Amino acid sequence: MFYREAGDFKSTYAEDQALFPIALDRWFVLAAAVMACGVPLVASEYWLSTIFLPVLILSIAAIGLNLLTGYAGQLSLGAGGFMACGAYMAYKFTTAFPELNMVVVFALSGLSAAAVGIVFGIPSLRIKGFYLAVTTLAAQFFLLWLFTKVPWFVNYSISGVPTAPPREMFGVPVTGASASVEARYYLVLALTAILALLAKNLVRGRIGREWMAIRDMDIAAEIIGIRPLKTKLTAFAISSFYCGVAGALWSFCYINIVEPTAFDINRSFAILFMIIIGGLGSILGSFLGAAFITLLPVFLNNAPALFNLQISSTLVSHIEFMVFGALIIFFLIVEPHGLARLWQIAKEKLRLWPFPH
Amino acid sequence: MHTWGWRVGEFFHTFFAAPVGGIIEAPLFFLEVVIGGLMAGVMYSLVALGFVLIFKASGVFNFAQGTMVLFAALCFVGFLEMGAALWIAFPLTLAIMVALAFVVERVVLRPLVNQEHIILFMSTIGIAFFLEGFGELLWGGDVHELDIGLPDGALFVGEILIQQNDLVAAAAASIMVAVLAFFFHYTRVGRALRAVADDHQAALSIGIPLQQIWFIVWAVAGAVALVAGIMWGQKLGVQFSLSVIALKALPVLILGGFTSIPGAIVGGLIVGVGEKVAEVFWGQALGGAIEEWFAYILALVFLLFRPQGLFGERIIERV
Repeated sequence: MFYREAGDFKSTYAEDQALFPIALDRWFVLAAAVMACGVPLVASEYWLSTIFLPVLILSIAAIGLNLLTGYAGQLSLGAGGFMACGAYMAYKFTTAFPELNMVVVFALSGLSAAAVGIVFGIPSLRIKGFYLAVTTLAAQFFLLWLFTKVPWFVNYSISGVPTAPPREMFGVPVTGASASVEARYYLVLALTAILALLAKNLVRGRIGREWMAIRDMDIAAEIIGIRPLKTKLTAFAISSFYCGVAGALWSFCYINIVEPTAFDINRSFAILFMIIIGGLGSILGSFLGAAFITLLPVFLNNAPALFNLQISSTLVSHIEFMVFGALIIFFLIVEPHGLARLWQIAKEKLRLWPFPH
Repeated sequence: MHTWGWRVGEFFHTFFAAPVGGIIEAPLFFLEVVIGGLMAGVMYSLVALGFVLIFKASGVFNFAQGTMVLFAALCFVGFLEMGAALWIAFPLTLAIMVALAFVVERVVLRPLVNQEHIILFMSTIGIAFFLEGFGELLWGGDVHELDIGLPDGALFVGEILIQQNDLVAAAAASIMVAVLAFFFHYTRVGRALRAVADDHQAALSIGIPLQQIWFIVWAVAGAVALVAGIMWGQKLGVQFSLSVIALKALPVLILGGFTSIPGAIVGGLIVGVGEKVAEVFWGQALGGAIEEWFAYILALVFLLFRPQGLFGERIIERV
C-alpha cells in the first residue's frame, strides 16, 4: 500500500527509462540526500568524523569493487592496493601543483589508479575465478611494497608517512588536519553522490549490460559479440578509478596522513565483505554494506558498556573477531544475496501491507 | 648527466651481471640458498595441502586453512604448557580439529549447500575470523615457544649448511604425503573421496554420502593443519603472524593447480626456491623485502601461460 508502482503512469520513453522510474523511489533518494546534507546540523563532531566520513568514503570503494566483482564478475582482492595508488598519486599531484583544485586532484589520482588497474586487469583475460582472486593479491602486495620502498612517491620525506597537505576550496580548507569536519564531510558527500549516480547510470547502460553478460557467462557473451578484452578492462579501469578516489579521500579527508598501513590486505577484505554483506550487483547494497561493516566494530566496542559489563579491552577485541566472523556466516546463511535483497523483500512486503491477500 | 649507454650498462649490471656473477662465483652459497628455499617451500606445501584436500572434495576455497594451522598450533602449545605430555597433547588437539570439522560441516557448510562458490568462500573467511578470535580468547595473544624436542641446529653436508629442523619438516611432509596417498588410493573412504572430487552428482547417485565426506575431508585438513602448525611453530614460535604466512600458500596453490596434491608440493618448492633466490640475489637491486610479493607476481606470470596451474585439470568451457 505504501510502496507501489501502480498508478505511476509514464507517457514518454524518457520517463520510462529514467534513473529512478518509480516516483516513490525518487522521493526516497531525494529525502536521503536532504537528510545527508542536514546531518552536520544534528550530529556531533565525533559522529561525523568516526562514522559518517569513513562510511561515505568506504562506500565509494565498495561501489568500485561492486562494479568489478558484482557486475562484471571478476573477483578481486586488490582493492586496497588501488586505494593506496589513489592516495599516493593524489599526494604527488597536489604537491607538484599546489594550485590545482582538489576535485581535479582526486579525479587525476583516480585516473592513475585506473591506469594501474588496467595493467593488473590484463591477466583476467586468461585467468578466471579464484585463480584471478589470488593474482589480484599480487597487485595488493606489489603496490604497497612499491609505495613503501620508493621514496619518490612521498617526495623523499624522511618519516615516509607525510601528512596530507592543507588545501582550500572556495576559500574553505577541505583537507588536512586544519579543515573542519563539516567541510570535509560536505566534500566527501558531494563526491560520493556524484560517483554513486554515475555508477547507477553506468550499470543500466550499454557498459553495465556488457559487464553483466560477461559475468553470467563470458563465452556466451563473446559469441553474441561482446568483446571480453574491452569489457573486462573497462571494468578494471572504472573499478580502480572509484577505489583510487576513495583512497585519496581516505588519506586527505579522513586520516590526514598518507600511509601504507591504511590500505593493507585487511582493507581489501573489509571492502569485499561490504559488497557481499551489502549485496553483489547493487549500488544501494554497497552503501548498506559499508555502513554495516564500519558500524559493527563501533557497536561491538560500545556494547559491553551499554549492558554495564566490565570486560578488559583485549578480551573485547577477541570477542569482536569472533562475533564478526559469526555474523558474517550468519548473514550468508540467512540471506546470501545481502542486505540489498532484504531491502527488496521489505519493499515487496510493503506493497501488500496491510492487506496481504 | 649520464649517457643512455651508461644507464643501460648500469641497469644490466645491477639486474643481471651482478646477481648472476654472484651465483657463479659462489656456487656453494647458491646451493645453500636453493636448499633453504626448498625447505621453506616444504612448509608452504604443508599449508597448501590442506587447501587442496578441501577444494578437491567440496569445491570450497577454504580461506580458513591458514587460521586452522594457527589454531591447531595454539591448542597444541596450550596443552603442552598446561603440562600435558606430548603423546596426550597430540591426540587431544587432533580431537579438537575433528570436532571443529564436525561443527563447520553442520553449522556452516550444510546450510550453504548449493550456494555459489563465492558465498562459500566468504563463509570460510568468516570461519577464519571466528577461529582467530576464539584461539586468542582461549590461549592469549602472546608468542608461544614450541619445543617438542626435535633436533635443532645446523648440520654441515660438505660445506653446505642445512637447518636440522628444516630436514625434520621435510621428512614430516614426505611421511604425510605418503600416508595421504595411501589413504586416497587404498581405503574405502579414500576412494569415496576421489569419487566425490571427480563428480559430485555421480558420487551422490551411487550412494556416497556427501555430507559425511565433507566432514571427513575437513577433519583430514585439520590433521594436516596440525602437522603444519607444529612445524611452523617449532621454527618461528606460535604467533599470529602464522596466519599471514599461510597466505603465501595461495600462490603455491595457483602455481600447482587447486586440485592437485603433487601440484601443491611442486608449487611449494618452486615458490620457496624462487623467493629465496630472488631475495638473496636480486633483493638488493630492487630495494629489499621483495619476498612479500615475489611469490604472487611469479604465480601471476606463470598463470598467464598456464591458466589452470601446473597440474590443474584442464579447463574446458562450453556455452
